Amino acid sequence: MLFAILAGFIVSLLYIPFGRFLKGRLAVLASLLPIGLFTYFAAFIPDIQDGASIAFHQPWVPSLGINFDFQLDGLSLLFSLLITGIGSLVFLYAAAYLKGHPYLDRFYAYLSLFMAAMLGVVLADNVLLLFIFWELTSISSFFLIGFNNDNADSRKSALVALGVTGGGGFLLMAGLILMGHLSGSYSIQEMIATNEYLKGHALYGLILLLVFVGAFTKSAQFPFHFWLPGAMKAPTPISAYLHSATMVKAGVYLLARLYPVLGGTDYWTYPLIIIGGITMLYGAFHSIFRTDLKGILAYSTISALGILVFLIGIGTPQSLLAAAVFILVHALYKAALFLTTGVIDHETGTRDVTQLSGLRKVLFPLAIAGLLAALSSAGLPFTFGFIGKDLVYEATLHTDGILPLVLTGLAVVTNIFLLYAGLLAGLKPFAGRLPERYSAIHLPHALMWAPPLLLAILGIAFGAFPALADASLLNPAATAMINEAIDSPLKIWHGFNTVLLLSGITLALGVALYLARKPSAHGLAWIERFNPLSPKHLIASLTRAVHRFAIRYTRTLHNGFLRVYLLRIIIFAVLLLAFRLFSGGAIRLIPDQLSPVGIYEIAVVGILVAAIYLAVTSTSRLTAVVATSVIGYGMCLLFVFYSAPDLAMTQFTIDTLTVVLFVLVLFRLPSFLNLANRGTRIRDWLVASAFGAVIALIGIQVLNQPIDDTISKFYGDNAYVLAKGKNVVNVILVDFRGFDTMFEIVVLSIAAIGVFSLLKLRLKASEKE
Amino acid sequence: MLPILLLFSLFILLRGHYYPGGGFVGGLIAAIAFVLHSFTNGTDDTLKLLRVHPSAFIPVGLGIAALSMFAPMLVGQPVMTGLWFNEPFPVIGLIGSALFFDIGVYIVVVGVVLTILFTISQYSE
Amino acid sequence: MELLLVILIGILYAAGIFMLLRRSMVKLLIGLTLLGNGANLLIFLLGGITKGKPPVIDSAAKLFTDIYADPIPQALILTAIVISFGLQAFAIVLLKRVYVLINSDDLDDLNTPEEEDI
Repeated sequence: MLFAILAGFIVSLLYIPFGRFLKGRLAVLASLLPIGLFTYFAAFIPDIQDGASIAFHQPWVPSLGINFDFQLDGLSLLFSLLITGIGSLVFLYAAAYLKGHPYLDRFYAYLSLFMAAMLGVVLADNVLLLFIFWELTSISSFFLIGFNNDNADSRKSALVALGVTGGGGFLLMAGLILMGHLSGSYSIQEMIATNEYLKGHALYGLILLLVFVGAFTKSAQFPFHFWLPGAMKAPTPISAYLHSATMVKAGVYLLARLYPVLGGTDYWTYPLIIIGGITMLYGAFHSIFRTDLKGILAYSTISALGILVFLIGIGTPQSLLAAAVFILVHALYKAALFLTTGVIDHETGTRDVTQLSGLRKVLFPLAIAGLLAALSSAGLPFTFGFIGKDLVYEATLHTDGILPLVLTGLAVVTNIFLLYAGLLAGLKPFAGRLPERYSAIHLPHALMWAPPLLLAILGIAFGAFPALADASLLNPAATAMINEAIDSPLKIWHGFNTVLLLSGITLALGVALYLARKPSAHGLAWIERFNPLSPKHLIASLTRAVHRFAIRYTRTLHNGFLRVYLLRIIIFAVLLLAFRLFSGGAIRLIPDQLSPVGIYEIAVVGILVAAIYLAVTSTSRLTAVVATSVIGYGMCLLFVFYSAPDLAMTQFTIDTLTVVLFVLVLFRLPSFLNLANRGTRIRDWLVASAFGAVIALIGIQVLNQPIDDTISKFYGDNAYVLAKGKNVVNVILVDFRGFDTMFEIVVLSIAAIGVFSLLKLRLKASEKE
Repeated sequence: MLPILLLFSLFILLRGHYYPGGGFVGGLIAAIAFVLHSFTNGTDDTLKLLRVHPSAFIPVGLGIAALSMFAPMLVGQPVMTGLWFNEPFPVIGLIGSALFFDIGVYIVVVGVVLTILFTISQYSE
Repeated sequence: MELLLVILIGILYAAGIFMLLRRSMVKLLIGLTLLGNGANLLIFLLGGITKGKPPVIDSAAKLFTDIYADPIPQALILTAIVISFGLQAFAIVLLKRVYVLINSDDLDDLNTPEEEDI
């Protein structure tokens, strides 16, 4: 199983050296990967049907609890088959759709990467592993949305999608780690065993919040839905695959997968019902105002995702079964509609539904596909969509206590809008009179119309013969969610009851709406007036505000004046050090520990102070330089007094050289200008004095501490014994700490090279002015 | 003046292990010797006297120091282990790898200081 | 004596900081030198000062027989002095180069208009 998951990664790597061979006619070969994987997973159907689940274990970082743990059960299998099955068709379709595209190899590499990551998400049993794959899907989705990377809009949409899903993923990680930490294991199977503890824990609410936000961003739930319509900038096969059939369902999958761990409480149910409900209504309502075919499909997808979240939130066996069915139903008809749209776009060059009509005359097989998919999405009897819709109503009606009337009403209204959207996308372009300008269109390559047709036919077939998918796929999937067998086989005909009545109402109103209302630019303009209130715009303006704040903040702090930076740093350091110093108790000096003061020392210190005064206040450069060198020689004398002959010699020679240096460079420059006014000088003096005082106080404080001389003793004792030297300072430099000295001379060399190159390089053209 | 100072700088260098002194100070003194020479005779004269540009000293010194660091590895000891000849030499005392390291430091310091100062003085002229 | 040295260090730091806050680049350089001296002296003082006992082992002995000045701060400062020379040399040359380019010693003249409209 590990190989099956990693195959996509390996293949996407292989595209780097061998990709160019696949650009021509051989592009079809790329679909061998998903087809092979589909066969591989399909072979598990009998096992899963018998209630088995296949586990795979491979240690990775056992100390952190991260292992390659995979678990194939009903739910995983349903998703795996969707991913590889629709994947196969999309791979084939893209071979024709993007024929001759210069980056076809790149496209397939991203697509393989995505497929592998998505398989990883649905098969992983370890939550951290799941998270890694989860992020990989976001990243590959980023590449695929931005596939047309010469288009600024594409790039921006890709970035928005990555930002939203990545941000959610971040919170999800926190939630998953919290779960793993509390339950003591990162394995979902083991978490299920300890779910009572998790649900009772004080942090349960926080875990739910984090996991929900992660799932909502991925599955485009309100108010994070806005990235999905933008993601439609991707080539249509991508939209069909990632942003309708598979990736956006990862959030739904996560909720379904964690339902046994976290689900079933009020904290789980109500947020999901509310957010799912808002999303399904909001998405459906928006979809009817769009005129772009992909826009219609995008919003109806958002709505469908809302329905799924809603169903998982309700959490009854019926609703979970309904969710499993609806996942499959939606994947089939929505992918079919997307692929159909892709062909229309490809052939006519437009996706504007107001422009399109009568295409059945030139694109007949596609018209069939569109019609069947639209029927399935409309939920006509004998289509799979009918069963799906039925189950949704049944689920909402059978909720107890939580207002079945309201929920059912919500579902009905949503479904009416969705039906309208489905008809708009699947029927409208093909119905009516064929405009003159489209009469020359020919049916494209079979690879482009066969996949949507197949999907649409499957949607009808499962509807007419529900047993085809029921016991083998859907029931195990729902069983995996609630951990108990569900005994309610799917039926086409339930008899005359409330559910049928509701279906009839939905159908009638939806068709009526379709006949009564024509999509128009006017409607689009009307809905777009509300854009400033939409989450997308609110978040965008929030981003802009943060940006402006950052600019202003940077301008204030980072204003290009060195001394202002310094001033702030120093003031801050003074305050911090002073606080630490004075909160640590009284500062005192023990007089009898001090060494006596001699007349020479006083003289030297006096000279030093005078020289410092001169260096600071002098208006002549030369005086200042001379004063500086006097300070250096004074230091030298201090070193002589206090037993540091090496230091004294070094200081003396260096000082001499520094004077030479200053004189060489500076004696031609003009004298100082007094550039600061009185106020500034006083302020600077205050700050500088405060800093000096703090340093002095620290010095006093340290003098009170006993000196730890073990290291000095070690050097002293071993200088001769080990290093055969008697000048301990020198021994330290060349022997004990030889590496440091080595680096020091390297640094010196670099300084010399710097000086050399700064002066030797001739002035460049810009400097010659 | 130049030869005396140079001799002195060598003396300081070699006795560094036993008395105050060493590569840094020795190198600085030698550098001062050359700087003084250049003050009296002009930088070009000093450069002529040196035959090679002082920047050439830097890699030589670095090389000697690095060699003395890695030399113990040739006899199978960790890097920077001091190696010593057994017999003491007159004036200098024992000779060991640390001395060569110090000589490397000396040469680098001379090279660096002279490079900097001569570059500047030539630029200023 | 320590008290005197501590005060001296304080003065060195204060003067160094004050010079760093000037607009003139030469003053900035002098400030750096002063700060460096202050830091060296601080390290030296904190290692404990000992009069007349350099950390050199007596020629007759193999180990220290008497108390001696702490060699570690001395080794540190020695390195610091030499490095600071490299730093100063580089800074001076940089200053010189800037002066040749913009013909000014004023740091504020270095702020070019392009940087403003980021």
